[in-house]
Amino acid sequence: MKVDRRLFPIIGLLLCLAATPHLYRRLQPETQPVDTAVSAAPMPENSPALPAEPPPILSDAGPEAQLVGIFNAIEANRLNQALELTENLLRQYPNYRLANLIKGDLLLARTRPIAAFGALANAPADKVADLRAEAIVRLKAYRERPEDRFIPRYLLQMQPDQRFAVVVDMQRSRLYLYANDRDNGGRPRFVADYYVTQGKLGADKYAEGDKKTPIGVYHVTANLPRQKLADLYGNGAFPINYPNEWDRQRGRRGSGIWLHGTPSNTFARPPRASDGCVVLTNQDLDAVAKNLQVGLTPVIISPSVEWLSLDDWARERDELNAAIDAWRHDWESRDTERYLKHYSPRFKSGSQDFAAFAAQKRQVMAAKEWIKVATDNLSVFRNPGPDEVVVVTFDQDYRSNNLNNRMKKRQYWQRENGQWQIIYEGSA
Amino acid sequence: MAITTSPLAQPRFWQFKSLRAAAFGLIVSFAAPALADNLPEVQRLIKQGQYAQALEKVDAWLASRPKDAQGRFLKGVIYTEMNKPTEAIGMFTRLSEDYPELPEPYNNLAVLYAQQQQYDKARTALEMAIRTHPSYAVAYENLGDVYAKLASQAYDKALQLDGSNAGTQNKLSLIRDLISTSGKVNAKPAADAATTTATATPPVKVADARPTPVAPTANIVSTTPGAAAPETSVAPTTPPVKPVEPKPEPAPAVSNAANEAISRAIDAWADAWQKKNMKGYLAAYAPDFRPPNGASRKDWEADRTKRISGKSGKISVVIEDLQITVDGDSATAKFRQHYKAGSLNTSATKTMTLVRAGSRWLIKEENAR
Repeated sequence: MKVDRRLFPIIGLLLCLAATPHLYRRLQPETQPVDTAVSAAPMPENSPALPAEPPPILSDAGPEAQLVGIFNAIEANRLNQALELTENLLRQYPNYRLANLIKGDLLLARTRPIAAFGALANAPADKVADLRAEAIVRLKAYRERPEDRFIPRYLLQMQPDQRFAVVVDMQRSRLYLYANDRDNGGRPRFVADYYVTQGKLGADKYAEGDKKTPIGVYHVTANLPRQKLADLYGNGAFPINYPNEWDRQRGRRGSGIWLHGTPSNTFARPPRASDGCVVLTNQDLDAVAKNLQVGLTPVIISPSVEWLSLDDWARERDELNAAIDAWRHDWESRDTERYLKHYSPRFKSGSQDFAAFAAQKRQVMAAKEWIKVATDNLSVFRNPGPDEVVVVTFDQDYRSNNLNNRMKKRQYWQRENGQWQIIYEGSA
Repeated sequence: MAITTSPLAQPRFWQFKSLRAAAFGLIVSFAAPALADNLPEVQRLIKQGQYAQALEKVDAWLASRPKDAQGRFLKGVIYTEMNKPTEAIGMFTRLSEDYPELPEPYNNLAVLYAQQQQYDKARTALEMAIRTHPSYAVAYENLGDVYAKLASQAYDKALQLDGSNAGTQNKLSLIRDLISTSGKVNAKPAADAATTTATATPPVKVADARPTPVAPTANIVSTTPGAAAPETSVAPTTPPVKPVEPKPEPAPAVSNAANEAISRAIDAWADAWQKKNMKGYLAAYAPDFRPPNGASRKDWEADRTKRISGKSGKISVVIEDLQITVDGDSATAKFRQHYKAGSLNTSATKTMTLVRAGSRWLIKEENAR
């Protein structure tokens, strides 16, 4: 029997897109086998004979595993099985648009040749493109799950009471949840990852209404329950502190950037659909929400997560800790010029520039007979982006012969000419 | 008409030709000859639209043989015609429970469910029909339409489109469709019934008694390019179904010329349609052509003119799988019609009755789904 395979090259194309060289495999030593999720994925050119092992038990229960199963079945020309799997998925999430589109294609393929993903004649191209984009990022994310041996570069040090950290990857449309593994020296431990929607016009928010998602180090500032929200926000919302000190200093504007859920008429939204918020499916939001601490949990939004091996991560962390400790030590030494060397000439804090800051410090320091500075609850997060900037937050316990002061302080350090220097400092 | 509405415009409501033949076998064997006329009488009344009388007759028939499949089937048909879908569904459901090997009750159940837009149920019923009779062409065709409808519903959900509302308007067409086709499709020599083994329960081998399945349409799902291949058209959990080997149709030499003439007539008809040549198009129809939906010839012509020559852009009409059965000066042509105009892209199965008019063949009836 002649089998028309016109459907399959299209989906195959989709899978090819999803299987483009990716971070984790590059990072992975050649001697290590790729994880089962990857080997089960259809990659006809290099792994046709690998057994389709069941995917590993995942910490999050999103539809990715099922989607992979569906696309595998399609690739293997097991269209009935693919339809069955799709219908199972739809029983779980009846208003999952992507699954409905695949279902439509699989049913239509029983009546006539299918020319493309989203084969309905006159299907709105933008909506099909949205669903295709969602499929691609989900499949890709499933195959490229982070490994324990790699850590997002941003999570250099969490403070002890921060139980979890959220890292968002805009390019991958993915939110990674990390636990603060205090039994393991505060090493971030991967918990789960989730599909997210970002701003219509992508990342790096600059202005009010630019429909972009900000890039930076933030934290959740509130927990808004469903009852207080419009349906658009789904099961709940967690505002974050955009614009932060650093954003404002760089002239970034806008407000109302939240992590929130999905309206009731759809299971998921396209990868780029919000006005700048980071949107999760309702079930994912519920799962993440359990781990969020208002005022505490960091939310770091990156264009594309940079991953460090444990060794490199420890090195960066130690380097920053040493720089911070040197700053603290030089402050205690009352050697004003040594102390000021930790501050960048471009330093600014509010309206105060470096010259004003230096003058004030010189004046204050003259009256000091002794200074003791303690930095507790220290957290160090690298700011995503090309500039080497880290956000340092701690409880500062300052004692001196004529003044004692406790405050929560936040500093932005930037590496310039190989030297970490403070470019912003203020109370948090 | 399929060309203006969804692909599931007019699912064929299949008369019980095979079972009827089987039933005749039973009658011949067991029943008193006087009663043998009863069911044809019921069918005649159905054809005439006298449903109440038909119901009376069939009830009388069933009074003495309440299990009789053919009588119950006709009763289901009558209920369908009387627009009593609940009763009709009840009849066909019980019939399919009592005679799960018969595809026809499943098929008609599916038609009723489809009318109610319960396409998942329609699909299940049709898949049952095909499971028992893998070569059941009508069920395959209906199933194709149900798949298309389900696909369109899925697309509506996926892309937030306004669902098409084609279902209601076609219900009437469906009924008339049944009336006009049933008599002809059912014209079945009783001689075949003699081959049916008379048993206490209705024959399981009913498929053998029905007219030779038309091979290409019988396998429409698996032979349509791009459709699932046989091994994939059946769920892995169910054993693969094997199409019943179609018996070769005896082709009398005398109909070969007629076949060619009819084929040319249909080609010319499709060509005139494509070219928006209304004169040529309308000339393809016999003077006593019966427009669907009981419309007058004049209204029908106006409607066709509006829809064909009034259409902007290109029209494409492709005929596929043409099957012609010639019976003297009358012929039945059945084919797959792929219609494309602007955004509309439909495929439907069409059945035409043609009559000989001198050297030409003209369309007397046209039924599409």
